[in-house]
Amino acid sequence: MASAAPSHSAPPPAVSLRGAVALSGRFPLLAGVDLDVARGEVALVEGPNGAGKTSLLRVCAGLVPVVAGEVSVLGLDPVRKRTALRRRVGLLAHGSHLYDDLTVRENVRFAVRAAGGDTGRIPAACERLGLTSRLLATPAAKLSAGQRRRVALAVLVARSPELWLLDEPHAGLDASARALVYDLVAEASSIGATVVVASHEPELTEALADRAVLVAGGRIVSERPCGRHARPVPATEATDATEATDGAGALPPCPPAGATGGTDEVVVHVA
Amino acid sequence: MWRDAALVAGKDLRIEARSRVALGQVAPFGVVALVLFAFALGPDPVPMRRAAPGLFWVAVLFSTVLAVQRSVSVESADGARDGLRLAGLDPAGLFLGKAAAVTVQLLALEAVLGAGVVVLFGVRVTDPLLVVGSCLLGAVGLAASGTLYGALSAGLRVKETLLPFLLLPVVVPVLLAGTRLWQAGVAGGTPAEGTPWLHLVLAFDAVYVAIGVLAFGPIQESA
Repeated sequence: MASAAPSHSAPPPAVSLRGAVALSGRFPLLAGVDLDVARGEVALVEGPNGAGKTSLLRVCAGLVPVVAGEVSVLGLDPVRKRTALRRRVGLLAHGSHLYDDLTVRENVRFAVRAAGGDTGRIPAACERLGLTSRLLATPAAKLSAGQRRRVALAVLVARSPELWLLDEPHAGLDASARALVYDLVAEASSIGATVVVASHEPELTEALADRAVLVAGGRIVSERPCGRHARPVPATEATDATEATDGAGALPPCPPAGATGGTDEVVVHVA
Repeated sequence: MWRDAALVAGKDLRIEARSRVALGQVAPFGVVALVLFAFALGPDPVPMRRAAPGLFWVAVLFSTVLAVQRSVSVESADGARDGLRLAGLDPAGLFLGKAAAVTVQLLALEAVLGAGVVVLFGVRVTDPLLVVGSCLLGAVGLAASGTLYGALSAGLRVKETLLPFLLLPVVVPVLLAGTRLWQAGVAGGTPAEGTPWLHLVLAFDAVYVAIGVLAFGPIQESA
């Protein structure tokens, strides 16, 4: 078991799970997860398909209740205080949560207003994600998968939540957008947001992460430190998404274990 | 709550304005149902006029099922329902917004179907206030109950077939009251006879709006 106890003066973690068990019917999604993610930390969640990565994020977002154990997110009970919590949490899920009949602009505006966000941030967020005026006027039904992902990211950026939960954030994105995801995570962390990234492509994020936790069978089976100092190869140097996916230099490799550049205190209890 | 309701209703009505499902598909379906009823009753105008109020409300009920299914399916695509949950919207506001949007669509459908009844069945309205009032109150009750049962069936694989099975039996009071109110408001009817039915549909509306406001959140979370 790897653990590092926080000091008593440290603020409560952004995410705290103690023996968390979540079910889908009788099927266990999480089978006793102990995990603390400190405020401002970037945590990478790795694991094979069906390991429980998405379920872990959905529990953190309050979308899936736990049937045993304790969960606290941003100091709140995700079930009892779900409305208050959800406005402070942003989840980039597999679905983009877009309405096909609405334009990109209408989708972003609705999502930000629904979450109580500042609509004044929308233009800058859309520009950041490369959503041109032509694209903003396009119905979501006509977008590609990658463009839908960009719109979902624009909503997150405009909302600027305290806790970012990113589920396979690079899926469907081209090289430039992948590099942009990297920058967005770095910026979110730099302004004090906590980021939890679940990914099959850890090489795209782990340079930013304080640590990576490996999930298997609904449990956290190991953790390793990562570094936050390396930068990705600029998008212009990556010729296409395939090259980036192949790890041909899109992002630098994670430094060896023990060379962590993270400054936040981390507690991981391996169940 | 009211801000969230207005936001959600505006979103749903904007989607309807773009897709025109209610007016382009559901309303024609209701009109076709009325035409089929007219064929079934034959050319004699007397039974047609007598049956017209009931047939109007049966057509409205069938159209309601389609309108509610559309309202549910809008949230099923691309994880949109999760998006609403994640936004932290007030569940009561969400319910009221969805129900308000369905109410507006039903009122438009009732206008089309009402015109169809007048043209096809030769019905003459003598108390427009009673007829319009029954349509308004009926639409509210149907939208509230439909939104509630739509949410109940939303997470199920058989939602398309389960919704009418759940909804149609519980909206019988609206069918009865609406029919009686129409009978009281058209030629040959007595407006005073509509009063108790007005109370019934008002009570139905109040009960389902209250249940929806209170129960929509837990239903949405468990669906």
